[in-house]
Amino acid sequence: MLTDTTSVTAAGNADKIRCDACPVMCYIKPGAAGACDRYANHKGELVRVDPHIVLQRTVSHGGRLVPFQAGGDWDGKIVHEPSVFVTAIGAGTTYPDYKPAPFIVSSEVEGVDMVTVVTEGIFSYCGVKVKIDTDRHLGPETATVRAQGEAVGHVTTGEYGSQMLSLGGVHHLTGGSKKEGRVTCDALMDLSNCKPVELTIDGGAIVVVQAGRPPIVNGVAEERMRVGCGSATIGMFAKQWHGKVDEVVVVDDHITGVLSEHQAGKLLDIADSGIKMKGRRSTPGRYFQVAEPGTGWGGTRISDPLSVLGPFDPKTARPGLTMLMVSTTGEHAAYYELDAALQPIEKAMPADLKLSVERIQENCEPALCTVLFMGGAGGSLRAGVTDNPVRLTRSVKQALTRVTSGGAPVYVWPGGGITFMVDVTRLPAGAFGYVPTPALVAPIEFTMRLADYAALGGHMDYVRPLASLKDNTEIRQMPESSDPGRRA
Amino acid sequence: MRRAPQIGLLADGRRLHLQDGPIDLIVEARGSETGLAAAYQAAARRFIGLLDELCAELPLLRQAADPARCPLQGTVARRMHAAVAPFAAEHFITPMAAVAGAVAEEILGAMVQSARLARAYVNNGGDIALHLEDGERFTVGLIDRPDAFGLMRTTSIGSGDPSRGVATSGRHGRSFSLGIADAVTVLAPTASQADAAATIIGNAIDLPGHPAIIRCPAHDLQPDSDLGARLVTRDVGELSDHEIADALAAGAGCARHLLAKGLIDGAALRLQGKTVVVALKGFDATALLLPVSHHRPMEGVLHA
Repeated sequence: MLTDTTSVTAAGNADKIRCDACPVMCYIKPGAAGACDRYANHKGELVRVDPHIVLQRTVSHGGRLVPFQAGGDWDGKIVHEPSVFVTAIGAGTTYPDYKPAPFIVSSEVEGVDMVTVVTEGIFSYCGVKVKIDTDRHLGPETATVRAQGEAVGHVTTGEYGSQMLSLGGVHHLTGGSKKEGRVTCDALMDLSNCKPVELTIDGGAIVVVQAGRPPIVNGVAEERMRVGCGSATIGMFAKQWHGKVDEVVVVDDHITGVLSEHQAGKLLDIADSGIKMKGRRSTPGRYFQVAEPGTGWGGTRISDPLSVLGPFDPKTARPGLTMLMVSTTGEHAAYYELDAALQPIEKAMPADLKLSVERIQENCEPALCTVLFMGGAGGSLRAGVTDNPVRLTRSVKQALTRVTSGGAPVYVWPGGGITFMVDVTRLPAGAFGYVPTPALVAPIEFTMRLADYAALGGHMDYVRPLASLKDNTEIRQMPESSDPGRRA
Repeated sequence: MRRAPQIGLLADGRRLHLQDGPIDLIVEARGSETGLAAAYQAAARRFIGLLDELCAELPLLRQAADPARCPLQGTVARRMHAAVAPFAAEHFITPMAAVAGAVAEEILGAMVQSARLARAYVNNGGDIALHLEDGERFTVGLIDRPDAFGLMRTTSIGSGDPSRGVATSGRHGRSFSLGIADAVTVLAPTASQADAAATIIGNAIDLPGHPAIIRCPAHDLQPDSDLGARLVTRDVGELSDHEIADALAAGAGCARHLLAKGLIDGAALRLQGKTVVVALKGFDATALLLPVSHHRPMEGVLHA
C-alpha cells in the first residue's frame, strides 16, 4: 500500500510475515503490528500503519519535515515535476524512517519535567459528514445512526434533495463504551476509505453508504436525486405541460406543487381545476405536509398518489379533466381523467406527457453518497511545523499556506484552528488508517513558499531537497474526481 | 534496507531524540554548554549499535530468567537479567521485562560518564533513568491512560531520595500484561529495577476467572512474544467498585512485599479510575486537570 523500502520474508506460514525493518525481525500476524507498532501485516503485506501520526510525531519530535514549493495549480500527481508536491501518506516510511514514538513522553507541562505513561495514544477529534442524495425519509432529524448496533452519529439537517448524516466525533470515539469507540472508528475508516458501510437509523431506514456510490435505502439502490422540490418542478416544466394536460401535481414530502394554483400556471392562464389538496397550504400552489415522510412517492410514505387529494370541487371541476401526478424524480408518475362523478380514473399516459416525465428523470442527477472527512489540526501538528504554532494557523487563513490531505484539496473552515474537510474519494486508496485508541489517522500537508516558511519560524535546518526523496517515493495518479469511488 | 537510527534534537532545541527500531528515547540534561554537548554526543555514540547488541542475544532474552545464573554477555542484557532475577524464583519473568529501563540506564550512564551534569533523564517510552546532583530535583507526571488525559498527578524525586528510576506498566502498553491494571508506576533505585517491578505488580492486579476480562494467548497476537502461550489481557469490561478494590489490594500487597525487600521505593496503582499509592512520598494527590487554558498546550496531546 504505502511506499516501503523494507522487504518482507515469507516465513513458511503463509499468513505470517517477517519484518526486517530492524534487527528485532518480528514475525507479524495478519492484522497485527510488530513490536514497534509501526509496521503491520495487512493481508500478507508489510505496511506502515499510521501515516498521519507518523508525520505528526515526526514533527513533534523534531523529525525532519519536508516542505516544498508547489507553484501553480496542482495537476493531480502526488509527486510531479517541475514543481513538486509531497504528501504525508507514508511520510514515516520513505522519509524519515521513523517510528511513532510514545509521544506523550515528549510532552511538556508546566512544572513537570517528564511524563511517565504506559504507551502512546492519540486524541482524535474527527468525523465524517455524509451527504446522501435521496428524497426518501431516512429518519427524523437528530435520530441516532448506528453501525453494528452501536451509536456512531446522528441524522442532521436535510438539504436540497439530500439527507445529511454527521458521524464520529470525539463523543462517539472516546465518550461512550469501548465497543462504541471501536465500531465508530471502524465505520469512519471504512467510509473514508470508500468502503460500503451499513447504517441503521433509529426510527428510520437502513442505508448502505459508500462514498461515490448510490445509497441503498432499505435494500433498494437510489438512482436519482430529485430535480427540485415540487414547487420548483412546476416552475421548471409548466411551459412543457401547458396545453397537454389540465392539472399537474408534483408530489414532494417537502413542498408539493400544483400547476393550476402555482404562480407559473397563473402566468400561463391555466384554468382552475377544482383540485383539493391535503396538507398545509404555504403560498398558492405550494403545499407542505401532504403526507407523512417515507420511502414512497417523492419522499412521502404514499404508494397511491390520490391519497393526497380531497374530492374535486364540483363547482369548478368537470368530467374529462386530465391530470398528471409525478414525483420530484420522475420515478413515480400516473395519469388520470375525471369520470362523470369527478373521480380520477387512471389511464394510459399520453406519449407527450411520458416525455415530460422522462425529461424530469433526465434532469435528475445520479444519486450519490458523498463522504467528507473532517478533522482539526491542532497544537502539536502546528508546533512541529513551526516554533510559533499560531503563525501557521494565520498563514493558512491568509492563504499563504495551502493545506491538502493526501494531495487532495481541502476546505479549511474559517474560525479558530485548522479544521479541514476533504472529499475522501480524492485521496489515494487506503490513505486513512487508525490506531486502537481508537482514533482515525489521515494525511495532511502544509505547502508554502520557502520564504514564507522561514518567516513562520520554520525548521529551516531540516528542509531537504526533493531529489533526495524522490527515489524512494512512489508516484501515484490521483483518481479522477469525475469518477468518484472508482478505486473502491 | 539500510537502517540508520534517528538522532536529533526535538523542536525545542533542548531535548535529544534517539530512535532505532522499537527503541525511542527522549533525553534531557542540564549542565554547562560544553558539558551538554559532550553528554548528548556520548548518548548518541552509545545508542548506535545498541539495538543490534540486544538483538544478538534476543532468543536468550526471551526465555524465562534463571534466578541464579546469567547466561547473557552484553552489558545491557546482563542489566536486564539482574533486574528480573530477584523475581524469577517466584514468577515467570524474562529479561525483556526490563529492556526499556535497562536501555535508558545505559544511555544515561554514557552521558554521566562523559560530562558533569546537574541533572539528566533518559525517558524510554515512560521508563525513565534519572541523574541528580546534590540539591537537584525532578517532578514526574503520572498519566494512567494515554487516551484519557483528563487526570494527571505528579510526584517529586530529590537528590536525597534513593530513586533513580521510574517506570510504568499496564495493559494499554506496547508489551502485553498478564494483569488488568491501567497503569502501575514504580519508583526504584534504577530504571531497570523499576521496569521489572512494574511488570510484576501489574501482573498481580488481577481478577482471575472474571467474565468481563478477555484474555488471549500472547503468541496468537505476536508469534514471537516472550510470553508464549500465556494468557494476556485484551479487554476489561466494567468492574464493580468492590472488584476494583480487590484487584488493587492484590497489587498493593505485592508492592508492599517488594518495598519490604528493598526492590522498590514506592508505587502508584491505577485501575478504572481508582488509585492506590504505596509509599510514594510527595505524591500530589490533587488532580491536575489538563489541558487548561493557562498551561502551554502539551505537544502531541491536542491534535487531529
